[in-house]
Amino acid sequence: MNEPFMLRALAAGLGLALIAAPLGCFVVWRRMAYFGETVSQAGLIGVALGLGLAIDPTLSVLAVTVRVSLLLLVLGRQTKVPLDSILGVLAHTALAVGVIATAQVSTTRNDLLMSILFGDVFSVTAGDLRWIYIGGAGAFAVLVWLWRPLLAVTVHEDMAAAEGISVARTTAIFILLLAFVVAISLKIVGALVTIAFLIIPAASARPFSETPEQMAFFATIFALLSAALGLLVSYSADIPGGPAIVVVLAAIFAISMAATLWRAPG
Amino acid sequence: MTDTPKPNRDHRHDHSDDHDHHDDDHDHAATPPLPHAPLALLSARRLSLRKGRRTILDRIDIDIVPGEIVTLIGPNGAGKTSLVRVLLGIEPPTSGSIQRQPELVIGYVPQKFDIDRAIPMTVERFLMLSSEIRDADARTAALADVGAPQLGDRQFADLSGGELQRVLIARALLRTPRLLVLDEPVRGVDYAGEAELYELISRLRTERGIGVLLVSHDLHVVMAQSDKVVCINRHVCCSGVPSTVAQHSEYARLFGPLAAHALGLYKHVHDHTHDLSGEAERPRMDGAGSLRDE
Repeated sequence: MNEPFMLRALAAGLGLALIAAPLGCFVVWRRMAYFGETVSQAGLIGVALGLGLAIDPTLSVLAVTVRVSLLLLVLGRQTKVPLDSILGVLAHTALAVGVIATAQVSTTRNDLLMSILFGDVFSVTAGDLRWIYIGGAGAFAVLVWLWRPLLAVTVHEDMAAAEGISVARTTAIFILLLAFVVAISLKIVGALVTIAFLIIPAASARPFSETPEQMAFFATIFALLSAALGLLVSYSADIPGGPAIVVVLAAIFAISMAATLWRAPG
Repeated sequence: MTDTPKPNRDHRHDHSDDHDHHDDDHDHAATPPLPHAPLALLSARRLSLRKGRRTILDRIDIDIVPGEIVTLIGPNGAGKTSLVRVLLGIEPPTSGSIQRQPELVIGYVPQKFDIDRAIPMTVERFLMLSSEIRDADARTAALADVGAPQLGDRQFADLSGGELQRVLIARALLRTPRLLVLDEPVRGVDYAGEAELYELISRLRTERGIGVLLVSHDLHVVMAQSDKVVCINRHVCCSGVPSTVAQHSEYARLFGPLAAHALGLYKHVHDHTHDLSGEAERPRMDGAGSLRDE
């Protein structure tokens, strides 16, 4: 229980929860779950690149997630093909390319692939923790600074624009922030479950919240709780860490939904 | 608007003729734009907006001065909302110029306002959304001002059409604007609520001396409070005080012969408002002058 790997895992999980949960609220409000999913699946290519080039994988993942986010931003400007189709194309292309790339750089490719897709929270290194805490604190500061204009833009773009907020700039900063947080969580919770870590706490918090800030607060509590509980379960039952956290998150979500339906049937 | 001075600039005229053969309004195209109105809060000249090959707005001139309600009317697809977006700086015009009073604070009530239910939002929180006002008293006062004092704790998504418009106006007022822009403010509001909303807008104009730009497709009720009506259908068809506009042939052509009647009807009603002095209005409102629709 007091083993260093377990403490590092806890530190990583709790640190990620603090930034992922409030940011995840915006993903839910802006209906960008699939956007986040696409960006995080593209991260797989980044991991393979990092291994192939022998550089810090978080850096290469970041390079890929930022580029894919910007690409999506540009593709979103055309109106002929709906954005969810574009996301579908990119998400699966990224997954396919990522799997091929991983196969090129690794001989033990199935183990590696599993750990990229589902995360490997117990192999967190001191370097990973630096990314999470220094990078996470930076991301948190940016989010606090961006909160008011981003919320105004999220509620009503034209009204925000009429009141002097730059919609394009605010949206772009948010998307880069999302790409960054996805990149630092990828190694810990995995390419396929990162987005769950962002949206499930927010979705669970929605029914209990009267204001956006309350929702962010409850989401953070839920995320911290699930990270701690998930890792404990994972440690004692010897099941993979990332998926264990997601299962605890899902349980909280189920309770939240049940309570909502109970209070207001129909 | 004022008379068009036409300084004769031959060079300019020739140039324009060479390149603009399809223009059905040579005279207008050849005239240099009027200078911006010096006292206007917002003054636009020759505003054009094109998207691809489509012309959305064609050389529109418009001025809004303090204490004046300018109503923008026009058929569906005439470019009313596009014009508002350009005037507000949400979208840049393809050509033309906009002059704003320095430091002009604008309160904007957009058309079709829905908050996604995914975002929890009380009315109170919404009022703080993009203004710095942290003063709870100011928010209470703003809600009272628009006749919606009890709404602070309500969830935004649960508001009725009339309540929503009031909250949007309260929020705009909290910014202490010099110019209030309302795009179809009576959407989803019933007839009684509609009359009250226009009364409210008119009162705000009188009490605070703010300029108001009102967009509407509604012909008669709107006119009651307008100082100036600008009728657009991509270009400005006609503009002036409501009674002049009603006589204009372009107006009749756009809205049909019955529309002039609508204005006439309005004038009729207006002639009598002093006699009725609000008393006659009361029976149409529900309850004790409450502003709820439904």
